Amino acid sequence: MSDTDTSFLKSRPAVWAGVALMAAALVVLPFALATVGTAWVRVTNLAILFVLLSLGLNIVVGFAGLLDLGYIAFYGVGAYAYALLASPHFGLHLPFWIILPIGAMLACVFGILLGAPTLKLRGDYLAIVTLGFGEIVRIFLNNLSQPVNITNGPQGISLIDPFRLGSFSFRDNQTFLGLTASGPIKYYYLLLVVLIAVVIVNIRLQDSRIGRAWVAIREDEVAAQAMGINTRNVKLLAFAMGASFGGIAGGIFAAIQGFISPESFVLVQSIMILSMVVLGGMGNIFGVILGAVLLSFVPEILRYTVQPVQTTLFGRVLIDPEVIRMLLFGLALVLMMRYRPAGLWPSKTRRREFAPRNGREGR
Amino acid sequence: MSGTPPPLLEAFGIEKRFGGLTALSDVSLKIHRGEIYGLIGPNGAGKTTLFNVLTGLYRADGGRFQLDGRELSGLKPHQVAENGIARTFQNIRLFANMTALENVMVGQHMRTRAGVFGAILRTVGTVREEERIVHRAHELLAYVGIDRHANTTARNLPYGDQRRLEIARALAMQPKLLALDEPAAGMNPTERQALGQLVSRIRKDGTTVLLIEHDVKLVMGLCDRVAVLEYGKKIAEGVPESVQRDPAVIAAYLGTPRTKEETPA
Repeated sequence: MSDTDTSFLKSRPAVWAGVALMAAALVVLPFALATVGTAWVRVTNLAILFVLLSLGLNIVVGFAGLLDLGYIAFYGVGAYAYALLASPHFGLHLPFWIILPIGAMLACVFGILLGAPTLKLRGDYLAIVTLGFGEIVRIFLNNLSQPVNITNGPQGISLIDPFRLGSFSFRDNQTFLGLTASGPIKYYYLLLVVLIAVVIVNIRLQDSRIGRAWVAIREDEVAAQAMGINTRNVKLLAFAMGASFGGIAGGIFAAIQGFISPESFVLVQSIMILSMVVLGGMGNIFGVILGAVLLSFVPEILRYTVQPVQTTLFGRVLIDPEVIRMLLFGLALVLMMRYRPAGLWPSKTRRREFAPRNGREGR
Repeated sequence: MSGTPPPLLEAFGIEKRFGGLTALSDVSLKIHRGEIYGLIGPNGAGKTTLFNVLTGLYRADGGRFQLDGRELSGLKPHQVAENGIARTFQNIRLFANMTALENVMVGQHMRTRAGVFGAILRTVGTVREEERIVHRAHELLAYVGIDRHANTTARNLPYGDQRRLEIARALAMQPKLLALDEPAAGMNPTERQALGQLVSRIRKDGTTVLLIEHDVKLVMGLCDRVAVLEYGKKIAEGVPESVQRDPAVIAAYLGTPRTKEETPA
């Protein structure tokens, strides 16, 4: 697939200047946000986590066309893997660079566990099974406090270690060169690095033999088989890759929050991530990033504006901001379905799919 | 069998039933290396069913078949493909939203090796392989005569070119046997003739061809040997001239001499 996505990385100084500008903006961003309030840095960090999740889900849904409604389970697996291995709960305090790969591997295994029985399912049926899978994982997390207390049930796990490298902890404030970097700011940079790595991995996968095989399966599974593509393995690979990204994101989430409970891994979250992928443009890496950023920030911005706006207009809060958020969220999706069915920034292949046919038709 | 080399494809007593309907019964055939083998028969005779059995899409209820001495019956479609049978589809099944070039690149999937780690690390080997894939894809598009459409979305190609693209994609698999399911369906006489030339050329360049076709004129002009199916049974086989004179065939398929050959739907 030679999407617009990568072609701009190859050419033209003006574009490079744009990239440099963007990079500079991303570097300065947390300090700018910190002047408004550290809360916004946290919001940004969560947004990046959602971008990571969307990119992972995009492999499954966007590339391979497998509708997965239980994706949050992999996030949960990664988060719990980190929490159990780096908290007083079991008294284990392994370093993050050991746990993150473990979490990714574990999520990967769960991805295959989910993928294997669902290989013959498509569309709605696959969605139902994956939805069930997501719920099963959450319910397990909720109930694995007896007879042996593994997950500590609904109370969740607290006092999770932050990322540490030697004496350098990501949680503490730190001052270098007169600049004070709070914990969230340090995590921001870490997340930025992870994000860039994940984006590169995604782009490379997309433009590879494997990426083409994924899209071929989405386009026509029978024809893909006839091309000698082992659809079983290639689909499992999509599940496994997508899941391991979720696992990594989960690990970082646990470290940032310091506390996790099954509450964080509910169905609505899966749907949220899927919405990000769909809204941004399934199959297009940068579209998906856009979708995730928008859907992470807009509700937060509304959270801080809806209430004051109502108080100034009506003198009191008429509608719960939470309700309005969901309303606007739904409205955005409906409008998008109507006006941009392929997403805000669709991949070329998707755009073609939704474009009116302009050639002579086959039968 | 001392003098003659063994046939490329051998099928023995292939049976296929759908519920109570027997779609194929006791069909045996041999396809020799380097020939164009035609499979004709009226609508519903079981031609495509046989195709689907031979390409692993359907599992035969009886009989077996082998390619190049290798038992292929019961294998999955991708395994059959790996062993050297490539096919096209009667109702074109391109990757409709991918470009022509990408379609042919997918066709090379099983003849290339790059895996996840090669792709992520973008190793020298992967980059080279990717260059070869693109290069080869262009070659194949040029071979079937549609390289100017390399970046056109498959579904926007003219109908005849979609058929050609399917052939290019199948050739990308480097098959021993190329199985074409009604490649001339829906084409006008000029396009049919050009397609006939392409198929002869493919054979001349060393690929054996199995051809399902409705267009009797095309089949008779092109094929070295022809088998005729009717109601799931093989009723005749041989060189086109003799098959054409076979009374059973005339009765089953060609009808009375006044009838023009059917135009496929």
